[in-house]
Amino acid sequence: MNQQIDKAIEFSQVSYYDGSLQILKNITGFFRKGKITTLVGPSGAGKTTLFRLCNGLISPTQGNITVNAKDINQYDPTELRRNVGLALQSATMLSGTVYDNLKLPRTLAGEMLTEEEAEILLTKVGLDKDMLKRKVTDLSGGQRQKVSIARTLVNRPEILLLDEITSSLDRVSRDDIEKLIERINKEFGVTIIWITHNLNQAIQIGDDTWVMMKGELVEYGPSSLLLEPKDQRVKQFVEGEIK
Amino acid sequence: MSFLTLSLALVFVLIPLFLSKTLKLGLEKDTIIATIRSIIQLLAVGYVLTFVFAADHFIYILLMIILMITAATHNARKKGATIRGITWKLVITFVFVEALTQGILIGFKITPAEAQYIIPISGMVIGNSMVLSILFLNRFTAEIESRRDETELILSLGGTPKQAIHYSLITAIKASLIPIVESQKTIGLVQLPGMMSGQIIAGADPIQAVQFQLLILFLLLTTAAVTSIMLGFLSYPTLFNTRMQLLK
Ligand SMILES: Nc1ncnc2c1ncn2[C@@H]1O[C@H](COP(=O)(O)OP(=O)(O)OP(=O)(O)O)[C@@H](O)[C@H]1O
Ligand SMILES: [Mg+2]
Repeated sequence: MNQQIDKAIEFSQVSYYDGSLQILKNITGFFRKGKITTLVGPSGAGKTTLFRLCNGLISPTQGNITVNAKDINQYDPTELRRNVGLALQSATMLSGTVYDNLKLPRTLAGEMLTEEEAEILLTKVGLDKDMLKRKVTDLSGGQRQKVSIARTLVNRPEILLLDEITSSLDRVSRDDIEKLIERINKEFGVTIIWITHNLNQAIQIGDDTWVMMKGELVEYGPSSLLLEPKDQRVKQFVEGEIK
Repeated sequence: MSFLTLSLALVFVLIPLFLSKTLKLGLEKDTIIATIRSIIQLLAVGYVLTFVFAADHFIYILLMIILMITAATHNARKKGATIRGITWKLVITFVFVEALTQGILIGFKITPAEAQYIIPISGMVIGNSMVLSILFLNRFTAEIESRRDETELILSLGGTPKQAIHYSLITAIKASLIPIVESQKTIGLVQLPGMMSGQIIAGADPIQAVQFQLLILFLLLTTAAVTSIMLGFLSYPTLFNTRMQLLK
């Protein structure tokens, strides 16, 4: 048996600059395949930027990223992006209906998404079936985020990047999403990386956690590390968040 | 018309200058520059045309067209400064539009292959193409900026750059074509087109002037559509890199 850990995404000495501004600093680490990893850290730490790198929307200025042990640049960008699904916190919608948005990934691939399939997806993310024909402009922030997750799931990604999905959700929706994340992970073996501001959730649901600050990966390991952080900065951050 | 009577026409420049001053519109400087430029440029063109018609040689026609395309490119490129290689894309577009329209006109013997026809028609075609390029580039660059999120959303879901930019491209093409299509609907009702008016004043038969104007109108519609679409399809790939990432 190969004792090596199965890595979904691995970073080695990854830095990202926006012009002369360094946004990510020498990130080295990996996300375990088939697990739920939470990504936490103060605003502006570079979490969203890290996701954009994984989905191939941007490339590292320095360092390498591998997805399933293959260099990210070896993938066809469209194939990579379908396989490493991204649902951003902004939950950008194209104008039109919820159905139009759910169809989008299939339309882009020249395929169809039936209304039945779309309805199943909606119920999966905890939305009502008859939302399908609603205009996206009529949705609440939480509903948009759910539609955004459903839309990303249409591509059946092997790795799912969820950006701060719960921050604009109420308690009930948050529980829905929690259950959804666990189900996607357990039933389909999808690797999930989840940016959250809720540390209790991170401890409860995450197998692993990454703590990022000012563009650096400060501490990572099993989620329980949030209970007893070694790094002084992480300690302060955790105390500030949990209280 | 003598130069003396023409100088009396400067009264028509004094009126807007006066209005701009009293109403503090701040347009005096631009008005004066525009007036001086138009006098110099048009007079120069007049003398050059006299020479070209008299010389009656193909090379001079070609030189005139090159000059027009150079000037049009110079004017339009500022609007597309954010698009890499915009200068050459404009040149290619103008050359193509010019070749297409003259090819059809001369090929089908609609107009004779003479300087007297080729030069003014080329001027209108290239001038129109330039205006369209500016309208298109203005709108396209604005659309790209305001739709960055949507463009990246489509990319992030596995769309190609072409799919990602499609909406911005179509919107900009449509928007740039609206003014010309709209103005053609009311043409003749509200205003007589400049060229036709000019011909009638110079003593041409109105019906012949109308026929000629119609030809020009159709020509300009083709020019407009071809310009926007061609420029659009030449431009959008430079917004992305080979990794299908939207550049800043
Ligand atoms: N497109 C961009 N252009 C310039 N700077 C950017 C851009 N995107 C992000 N940044 C900068 O990069 C840094 C990291 O941003 P990022 O969005 O990755 O942080 P984050 O951890 O996701 O924050 P938040 O928790 O607020 O979402 C910030 O300083 C931000 O200002
Ligand atoms: Mg973020």
